[in-house]
Amino acid sequence: MNKINELFNKEISVINMGLESFYTDLKKQDVKAIHVDWRPPAGGNKKMASLLSRLK
Amino acid sequence: MIQEKISKANNEALNKIVSAQPTLMGIGKALDDIPGMTEKTFLHAGPPVTWENMSGPLRGAIIGGLIYEGLASNEEDAIKLAESGEITFDSCHHHNAVGPMAGVVTPSMPVWILKNKAFGNYAYCTLNEGLGKVLRYGAYSEEVIERLNWIQNSLGPVLRDALTLAGEIDLKTMVAQVIQMGDDGHNRNKAGTSLLIRELAPYIVKTNYTDEVKSEVLKFMHKNDHFFLNITMPVCKCTMDPLEDIKYSTLVYTMARNGTEFGVRVAGLGNRWFTAPAEVIDGLYFPGYTMEDANRDIGDSCITETTGIGGFAMAGAPAIVQFVGGTPSDALNYTMSMYEITEGESGSYKIPSLDFRGTPTGIDIQKVIDTGIRPIINTGIAHKNPGVGQVGAGLVRPPMKCFEDALEAYVNMLEEEGLF
Repeated sequence: MNKINELFNKEISVINMGLESFYTDLKKQDVKAIHVDWRPPAGGNKKMASLLSRLK
Repeated sequence: MIQEKISKANNEALNKIVSAQPTLMGIGKALDDIPGMTEKTFLHAGPPVTWENMSGPLRGAIIGGLIYEGLASNEEDAIKLAESGEITFDSCHHHNAVGPMAGVVTPSMPVWILKNKAFGNYAYCTLNEGLGKVLRYGAYSEEVIERLNWIQNSLGPVLRDALTLAGEIDLKTMVAQVIQMGDDGHNRNKAGTSLLIRELAPYIVKTNYTDEVKSEVLKFMHKNDHFFLNITMPVCKCTMDPLEDIKYSTLVYTMARNGTEFGVRVAGLGNRWFTAPAEVIDGLYFPGYTMEDANRDIGDSCITETTGIGGFAMAGAPAIVQFVGGTPSDALNYTMSMYEITEGESGSYKIPSLDFRGTPTGIDIQKVIDTGIRPIINTGIAHKNPGVGQVGAGLVRPPMKCFEDALEAYVNMLEEEGLF
């Protein structure tokens, strides 16, 4: 808990993955943030992800 | 081991694309030059489709084609003949040909003849009719048939004779130039059309036709900014055909639409089509028309995107957004995102604004599915009813199902070969 408090007492830089709204909210609060346009492999389609994995 | 086989095959496929030498050889006649044509064969765009399942614009183009060929005298007779089974309908792609929009090729039509000199294969395409009320958008009124007759009797012969005098034309260099001049080679062909006129005009004036005919030919080419599209398409077709049957390659060598279905063919899976219902296009509509009027995606012209130009080269053709919608930033983003799903970059088709980076080339079905990014295609929009014509232009993507089914078939093929 102390370590988390310590983290939030410093200037933080955020790498956001997933929902872009988290990133835009941080930017509005002048928090240094970048957004990574990430999606799960095959968009989360398990069958396709499994087929792809067989080719790796 | 599998990964190595795939990587080697995809590398070979990419090398075939970048080392192609598309060359304009001349102008011929569909019946005489296109392999497998007969007097009763009508070719169309996209994967094979029966008369019953043809979309409105494709039916319209077939009706117009039958009237143009003198096989029917009116719409009613043409429909009866099309229904009778007497006419053989087949995909242009099965005959080394490509056709924009409905893509109907009938026996009497003059066709560009191209040769990929690196591999010895040929490709064919009709001459572009212009925009609006034209056969390829499903229109078949008197003016459409009259124009087709003029193309057959004046434009085709003049260009044929001019090309005989000019000799072969290296189209790889010409397409490389037009990409650097702000064309994408699909829906922006101003530079290409201009360069072609510059190349042919000195020989057109030397042909044995009246000054009036020669002037009409030059004016027709000049007022039709899409004239060069019917050159870039067979350039791409003869570039991609040598990829058929590259064992284990996961690169796409055909994307095409017939107005009902979108079809994809993959190098390692031979000539098998993977199809799904074609999508409706988000675009800019001509005054008086809306998306409600639009037919589903249609045409072989996305052979340009398959080869790495068209929508894939939009970063170098920002002015195209005035025709297909969006902003120049969107155009840049479309190109950048295509690098995510391609095997490599073109060695010849380069975009000045990207520090002359080669266009994204060689769509890999694995990458499409992995990233969820589908190829971007810019395209014309046909009215859904036969006889109307073009109603707009816009952007579209292939259905993901085509790539998913292809991947499944590919894995099954490896399984059958005992590679797992």
